[in-house]
Amino acid sequence: MTTRALPLRPLAGWLEGRRGATRQLWRYARIFGRSASSITGLVLVLAFLALAAIGPWIVPYPEDARGAVHLDRKLGAPSAAHWFGTDEVGNDVFTRVVLGARVSLQIGLIITVVAAAIGVPLGVLAGYAGGALGEVIMRGTDVFLSVPALVLALAVVGALGPGIVNAMLALSLVWWPGYVRLVHGKTLALKEETFVEAAHAVGTGRLRIVFVHILPNCVSPLVVKASMDMGTAILAAAGLGFIGLGAQPPYPEWGAMISIGRNYLPTWWWYSAFPGLGIYLTVLGFNLLGDGLRDVLDPKSRG
Amino acid sequence: MLFGLLCLTFAISHIVPGDPARLAAGPDANETMVRTLRTKYGLDQPLPVQFGRYLRGVLSGDLGESLRSHHAVLDDLVRYFPNTFELVTLSLGLAVLLGIPLGMLSAVRKDTWVDHLARVVAVSGVALPAFWLGLMLQLLIALHLGVLPLGGRLPLTAAPPAPVTHLLFVDALLRGEWGTFVTALRHALLPVVTLCFPALASIMRVNRAEMIETLTQDYIQSARAQGFSGFRIVTRYALRNAMIPTLTMIGLRYGWMLGGTVLVETVFDWPGIGLYAVNAAVSSDFQPIMGVTLLIGLNFMLANLLVDLAYGWLDPRIRRPGPR
Repeated sequence: MTTRALPLRPLAGWLEGRRGATRQLWRYARIFGRSASSITGLVLVLAFLALAAIGPWIVPYPEDARGAVHLDRKLGAPSAAHWFGTDEVGNDVFTRVVLGARVSLQIGLIITVVAAAIGVPLGVLAGYAGGALGEVIMRGTDVFLSVPALVLALAVVGALGPGIVNAMLALSLVWWPGYVRLVHGKTLALKEETFVEAAHAVGTGRLRIVFVHILPNCVSPLVVKASMDMGTAILAAAGLGFIGLGAQPPYPEWGAMISIGRNYLPTWWWYSAFPGLGIYLTVLGFNLLGDGLRDVLDPKSRG
Repeated sequence: MLFGLLCLTFAISHIVPGDPARLAAGPDANETMVRTLRTKYGLDQPLPVQFGRYLRGVLSGDLGESLRSHHAVLDDLVRYFPNTFELVTLSLGLAVLLGIPLGMLSAVRKDTWVDHLARVVAVSGVALPAFWLGLMLQLLIALHLGVLPLGGRLPLTAAPPAPVTHLLFVDALLRGEWGTFVTALRHALLPVVTLCFPALASIMRVNRAEMIETLTQDYIQSARAQGFSGFRIVTRYALRNAMIPTLTMIGLRYGWMLGGTVLVETVFDWPGIGLYAVNAAVSSDFQPIMGVTLLIGLNFMLANLLVDLAYGWLDPRIRRPGPR
């Protein structure tokens, strides 16, 4: 009996561990589900992701995404055939708004990922190594934070020239300082914790401490910040698109669409109204989701 | 800090692909003209020398000139900044004036319909694209109802008051031109509301959270037990402590507003530095953009300094250096 039970013991232990994790997950889900606004956020984000994923296959006029021209049906009011109306070259606004979700998702993801990829290592370095290097990194961060992101991005795009790639590049370049601040603060606090001191005392290498003890403990606030940033980054990119420095028409980007639609106000109001609604619901979704995640993962940092 | 900011603007103006001298000379320039310009602006010198030149220029008030209009950037900034300053000050004032009482109300009436409504406004305010909100307000209020003008600061036919401070509102008052003042106010209403909305939302949100936290503290309980009126407790004892995080948010939002003016001024055709920067950026005219970036950074630093001073006024413990 004993010989047979032996190999099972690790499996039982593993299952026991899983059960703990599952229970924890359920607890999180209950806290999250109790808040109506978190659920609203989750639903909005899921709807946005679904549109981004299957958009090209469900839209009624896929050829309108990249500026097909049907002058015979230009600037039509919302109708059964064109729910959101048509624009100045007869493209279906509904199609372009739905496909805009995919563009916005790309923009948000790229900016957030690049910003985190620059900011997190710098933050850990500044917090853990400290000294003159840390001081230099943090002062540099302060300089970037002393100018509003949109203005700095405007300056960078102004230098590089307009376009969607340059706009994303510019926003990524000005977005990382927030991550440095966050990770730096967190690392400083964790460095003083007993478990990190203990790891240090038993001779654990510095790299191992960073990767095994510090970074995993930064994940929760990072997830919360990334969720919020998806929204704000999309908003900022749409702003650049609106002033004509981001995506260039006929690329189906919401900000650029509003920018052109603006010339057709007030008679052809649907042209700029619906893309704006797309931005609003998406950003709202990511903000509410971020709020909900913070309540669950990182309740101490509420503010 | 300021030195760092100068390094940053210098670096940005040197990541330009291509040759700034050729850009300045225009598309029809021949090789000699480009070379002359290059020598004139010192673009053939090594980078540290160029940086030294740039620093000396900025310190003596020379921010370069616009490639398009050939105006000195400093003169342009002096002309446009008062407009932006008025817009941002009015918006921030309105946001504070509405945001703090609403936050208090929302905290005191926690979980009632007042609170729920306030929170819906708060989350919407941050998520609404300012430029789109501006357009929709224009559409509904200026174009459909026709109650307010569409944009600009004054009608094209109106003569602005003779400048004293270059702040239109102050000048109109100083000169006693009431009609101009009211017209200017009507023009300012939509942009101010648009710019104020996101700030209002986050000020309200932070103030609500802090008030809820503060109202559960022991000293509030004891003040209640001593029979102070609810109004006095909330406005005098709780608000003061809840104000410190709120102030941080106000400082942050001031910076955000300076950035937001870029979009709002574009929508409402408001002749401030935001619109100036956008026009320059669209035509790759980067000296003006660098000037605006520098000016906005400087403003933000000043605002943070003011917030730090206000902390000391609100919380006497911060004034003295504590024991370390």
